[in-house]
Amino acid sequence: MTALYLTLLFPLAGTLLLAVIGHWRRAGMVNTLITVATFACAVRLALEVFNRGPLLSPGKMFYVDAFNVYLILLNTLVGMTTAIFSDPYMAHEVAIGRVDDGRMRLYHAMFQGFLLTMLVALSTNNLGLLWVAVEGVTLATVLLVSLYRTPESIEAGWKYFILCGVGIAQALFGTVLIYFAAERILPGSDESLLWSVLYSRASELEPTVLSLAFVFLLVGYGTKVGLVPLHNWLPDAHSEGPTPMSAILSGLLLNIALYALVRFKMLIDPALPGGLPGKMMMGFGLLSFTVAALLLHRQRDVKRLFSYSSIEHMGLMTFAFGLGGPLATFGALLHMIVHSLTKSALFVTVGHVAHVAGTQSMDKIRGLIHTQPLLGWTFLIGTVAIAGFPPFGIFTSEFLLFTATMKATPWLVIPLLVGLCIAFAGLFRHLQLMVYGDPPAGQTPVVANIWPVILHLALVLWLGVAIPDVLVRWLDQATILVVGKGVL
Amino acid sequence: MALAQLPMTEQWILTLAALILFTSFLLLAQARLITLIHTFAWQGVLLCLATVLVASTSGRHHLFISAAMTLVLKVFFIPWQLRRLVVRLDIRREVETVGGGASLVMIGAGALTLFSYYVALPIRALSLLATRNTIAVSLAVILIGMLMIITRRKAVAQVIGFMSMENGLFFAAVVATYGMPMVVELGVAFDVLVAAILFGIFFFHIRAGIGSLDVDRLNRLREGDK
Repeated sequence: MTALYLTLLFPLAGTLLLAVIGHWRRAGMVNTLITVATFACAVRLALEVFNRGPLLSPGKMFYVDAFNVYLILLNTLVGMTTAIFSDPYMAHEVAIGRVDDGRMRLYHAMFQGFLLTMLVALSTNNLGLLWVAVEGVTLATVLLVSLYRTPESIEAGWKYFILCGVGIAQALFGTVLIYFAAERILPGSDESLLWSVLYSRASELEPTVLSLAFVFLLVGYGTKVGLVPLHNWLPDAHSEGPTPMSAILSGLLLNIALYALVRFKMLIDPALPGGLPGKMMMGFGLLSFTVAALLLHRQRDVKRLFSYSSIEHMGLMTFAFGLGGPLATFGALLHMIVHSLTKSALFVTVGHVAHVAGTQSMDKIRGLIHTQPLLGWTFLIGTVAIAGFPPFGIFTSEFLLFTATMKATPWLVIPLLVGLCIAFAGLFRHLQLMVYGDPPAGQTPVVANIWPVILHLALVLWLGVAIPDVLVRWLDQATILVVGKGVL
Repeated sequence: MALAQLPMTEQWILTLAALILFTSFLLLAQARLITLIHTFAWQGVLLCLATVLVASTSGRHHLFISAAMTLVLKVFFIPWQLRRLVVRLDIRREVETVGGGASLVMIGAGALTLFSYYVALPIRALSLLATRNTIAVSLAVILIGMLMIITRRKAVAQVIGFMSMENGLFFAAVVATYGMPMVVELGVAFDVLVAAILFGIFFFHIRAGIGSLDVDRLNRLREGDK
């Protein structure tokens, strides 16, 4: 229990502390240390849950089981490596005069606030507070998107604020409807929005209200997942903010929204025998996957390119969770991990690339492998991994997904495979020139902090070659929670 | 069931619901910013009254706290802050044309209201609560808020649309389930407060960035080929 409280307390203290001292020269270091401490507590928490099963806090405020604890661990890990990267990166941004002291304070405080709200969203037991925390994530990040105060970044921030606000309002209406249904079986109780209470009585909930509620929840949280046609804010927000933010937004935030959606699906499925939530998720997932794969071809900005790749992968995961069944769910859970690791690594690399080339425009980035070989190689390898090539982990999870699809609905494998090829072509037509072309005059190497990237890619490679037994059992526990039966 | 056959308090709640929906339509059509902010405050007053009524008839006393929060946040703080910003940014006299033609937007809002009643049909059939008709109204308020965000060009008007959506959500929670659990309501109120402050900060950024609060001019980010 202590481990859980500490996991939440460290980022909370960090938010308050860095709001005061965030402009110090060593503030980046403080930021890193706090994330390291948070990660250590999360490891403790994960071990506790792994050994003793689900954890319910005394006031029933927090509930941690195999499903959310692995996301908590992933969040704190990526938060830590991103903080390590952010320290010198932001120092460079200060040095070239893109941000001043006040904004550095805001940046550091909100970095921690962002991690805090995500961890609250993951660990809360109350479906209403889940909404509050997800909205809190938007509020914490909206000023970070517009940190550079260029007209473009302000536009991106405003769009993010309004679109996500409107979207997430639908999710609150859905939550009210769930509460309405819950009140009918637990009248007058203050506990009728608690996950631990509701889940055990899910089959008694009123199906007509639930199906209506899920439509609103899907639109609401789907906006935050970045599902087409509600994805408009995503490429802007991810490309205009500072790179460490892009890494966490793409790597983690989208997972949180998808997590919320899956939780609600778990709640609604037992009462609705037709599997309406699953079918809707499959439809939206497939649409997002295909549209994003096509749009990859039209991009000019390197960060926008990888934002669309995020939409594509989130679409694939939404599809897999919608498909249901142990194998697809296991694959989707694994995909969440490998996608987060690879995507945040890629954004970190892209941040360095943008410093080397002095621009984010892909037409002007050329010949990285000649200018700075290490950076060029990691960029190449990261993109190979995100495109789903063996031996990386994304290949494994996608292979599992496709196998599951082949068993359940074979004809859907065709659009999936076509989409994958389109996405592959979309990524590589841009990558080729950026990595191998002739470097323009005046392109010089920068001091790159490449360790976080190498760590992430090594982990993804490891997961692709041999998933450790512990992780398999762990993901299997989570799969059992989500669909009722495991793959083992 | 005819309106006159219902108990007195229910008649009042239904009347208030109708008035809240009416203010939503007013918000949609109002072109002057200061009047718009005042109308929004009035919607807050009606919402607060409805909450107090539901609280006293249902005996759920935590709803009184929600009503007080509504009064402070939506009737006083947010309108006061918006008004102050409008004065400071010197856009008091600005009048905007409602995008797509006012009458067309009104017809759209009417259609959304009908749609809300259609969506709420299965819930109304189930509800045992005295206030079942009002779920459709609250959904209509939410959707009209959305329509307002889409059709308005001024950032201030979009914020009012956003906040009026929140009003609709709050009303839904009050009438459908006698309010959400206290901890959730506090959280939502906190989010609304932070959002209101952030919007204020954004006004200055937008103004500094593009020299106006016309969000139509925020159009630099395009798909693909620029």
